Amino acid sequence: MNLLKFFTAGSVDDGKSTLIGRLLYDTDSILADQLEALQQSNRKNDDGSIDLAILTDGLRAEREQGITIDVAYKYFQTEKRKFIIADTPGHIQYTRNMITGASTAKLAIILIDARNGVIEQTIRHSYLVSLLGIEHVVVCLNKMDMVDFSEEVFNTITDRYKTLAADLSLKDVTFIPISALKGDNVVNESEHMPWYKGQSLLHFLENVDVETGPDYNLARMPVQWVVRPQTDELHDYRGYAGRVLSGSFNVNDKVTVLPSGTSSVIERIEIFDQTPSEVHAGQSVTLHLKDNIDISRGDVLVNSDHLPQNSQLIEADVCWMDKRPLDESITYLLQHNSKVTKCKVREIIHKVDINTLEKQEAYDFKLNDIGRIVIKTADALAFDFYTDNKANGAAILIDSRTNLTVAALMFRAIAD
Amino acid sequence: MSKYNLDYLDELEAEAIHILREVAGQFEKPALLFSGGKDSITLVRLAEKAFRPGKFPFPLVHIDTGHNFEETITYRDKMIERIGEKLIVGSVQDSIDQGKVVEQKGKNASRNSLQTVTLLDTIAAHGFDACIGGARRDEEKARAKERIFSVRDEFGQWDPKRQRPELWNIYNGKIHKGENVRVFPISNWTELDVWNYIRRENIELPSIYFAHERDVITRNGQLMAASPFLNMDEEDIVEHKKVRFRTVGDMSCTAAVESDADQLEDIIAEISASKISERGARMDDKVSEAAMEDRKKGGYF
Repeated sequence: MNLLKFFTAGSVDDGKSTLIGRLLYDTDSILADQLEALQQSNRKNDDGSIDLAILTDGLRAEREQGITIDVAYKYFQTEKRKFIIADTPGHIQYTRNMITGASTAKLAIILIDARNGVIEQTIRHSYLVSLLGIEHVVVCLNKMDMVDFSEEVFNTITDRYKTLAADLSLKDVTFIPISALKGDNVVNESEHMPWYKGQSLLHFLENVDVETGPDYNLARMPVQWVVRPQTDELHDYRGYAGRVLSGSFNVNDKVTVLPSGTSSVIERIEIFDQTPSEVHAGQSVTLHLKDNIDISRGDVLVNSDHLPQNSQLIEADVCWMDKRPLDESITYLLQHNSKVTKCKVREIIHKVDINTLEKQEAYDFKLNDIGRIVIKTADALAFDFYTDNKANGAAILIDSRTNLTVAALMFRAIAD
Repeated sequence: MSKYNLDYLDELEAEAIHILREVAGQFEKPALLFSGGKDSITLVRLAEKAFRPGKFPFPLVHIDTGHNFEETITYRDKMIERIGEKLIVGSVQDSIDQGKVVEQKGKNASRNSLQTVTLLDTIAAHGFDACIGGARRDEEKARAKERIFSVRDEFGQWDPKRQRPELWNIYNGKIHKGENVRVFPISNWTELDVWNYIRRENIELPSIYFAHERDVITRNGQLMAASPFLNMDEEDIVEHKKVRFRTVGDMSCTAAVESDADQLEDIIAEISASKISERGARMDDKVSEAAMEDRKKGGYF
């Protein structure tokens, strides 16, 4: 059984929390004591039924205001798959939280209120999905019960969305008409929309193909820790511990250590007491090399035949996540997997109005602003372009005055 | 080309090992908070997978309320001997003797809330900059929103409104002096995942997790182990029942469930079918809807 992480984009008004509540409720993932706590709570729907949205609103302020502020993670499983939902807030002032939840997701659910169709918020959420390169998109047209389960409404909105999806180069888009409140097409197929021939949302989530083939070209492993027992019997043991970021490594592969550029050959691969002959993206492993070379945390091991980019000047898409605006005069820290280096912002190329997708000239970058910048790092980075390899194409900026994570970066090009 | 995909337990394990190695790489003086419960026992197994054949780059820290189940302490000492790692014990009794905390009075008295002071004192005394804990996001709704690297101020407080964005699998462990980070490597595991992992890895557990005969009393609808640590009066009727515990905490706040499950398989079957969440057996969460959020803000695990 495998694991699918997905996130939901939409606001409370679109019925997002209700949808998640519905998924949990109809898959029997709500336990008796949680249900009891729910029933005792004061919040009820107009018809007196339980307000399923309460299940996902965790913090006191959120319950008081009836909105989602932060990302909440929810877990459920069916016989086919395990799921992690990142329930992310939809309002524009929480764009950074949405990006946080979306960064590790393989699938996005975009909620549209069938009464309103594609609105500014839909464009914004879809843009973020495209920016982050989320592989699969499910557009749920919610509140179909409020538009008489009309096929015409469904078709009009999906036609409009297809234009948007093409503009944003979204790859795999699926449309499902639902009513989260009434349960139509969420877990169980709807009796009210015989014209819809597709799967319910849950069936789609269970069956969507998220597997990837081994890709030796992109073999990358940042070194997190060097295992050196230094005991009498293991005097010469020196293992490079890390998680395979992308691609696959085999015993006898020629590998290059970056940034030094030294090469060696994989002698042995260990996962605790196992010694597999190959390992793949996602596995935490320990590699042993034939030659005794100087390697430490922050270095990255890559397949010697397929080297990554190597540059100090990089063009990147950025989402600003801090109350303090971007300051071109100060030095930030850039963290790219296990590597941390100093970094300055050289140039702001443009800012994107995420409601209209227009590129604008920009002189400043504030909380939730998205656009493109040029950075210069103190040490050269061994990275891939985000489009080619998300796992090695992203980084964060840290403000060393506050230690806060202030920006998400996605590498797009080498700058000159 | 054949497709490749990790089984969910392998993926959760790999993620947890990655997080543990980030702690080792990013912090000067980390520690692993060990309660003797199944979640921290799972963390020890994951640490073995992350760092063997080397030593752990951190000691284990046990906050001892003095009201432990005897079985937990026996298990702890045997385990420490087996893994050969350092154990530091912070004692709530010492905090009481030093007058830093006052024992609660009354029928529902528990040392659970006093642990926070001992924990913060132990962190300060040893200068720990990162504490690894076994909390999971499926336990409780405030925990569902907590980051994997969760920064605490010098008073140990969690500020849910000032959480750092946590992007991709990049963890920012930068802190100012006096602050520390609580790290939760099994954030994304569910209770059932932990049990399935324990079965797969053949991990030994303290015996109280398995069904056994015990004197219990019923209080606020919960079965509590009769012990000298529980303030009992004539209203409390001691019964002899076959029970097991789903979490391991202070004897005065950890409730038992009636069960015949004395094998791992039976426990997993019972949990799969169960309709009560595991924190439902914790008296400490019953106080209010925001009980956990408030305790976390105060420095709790």
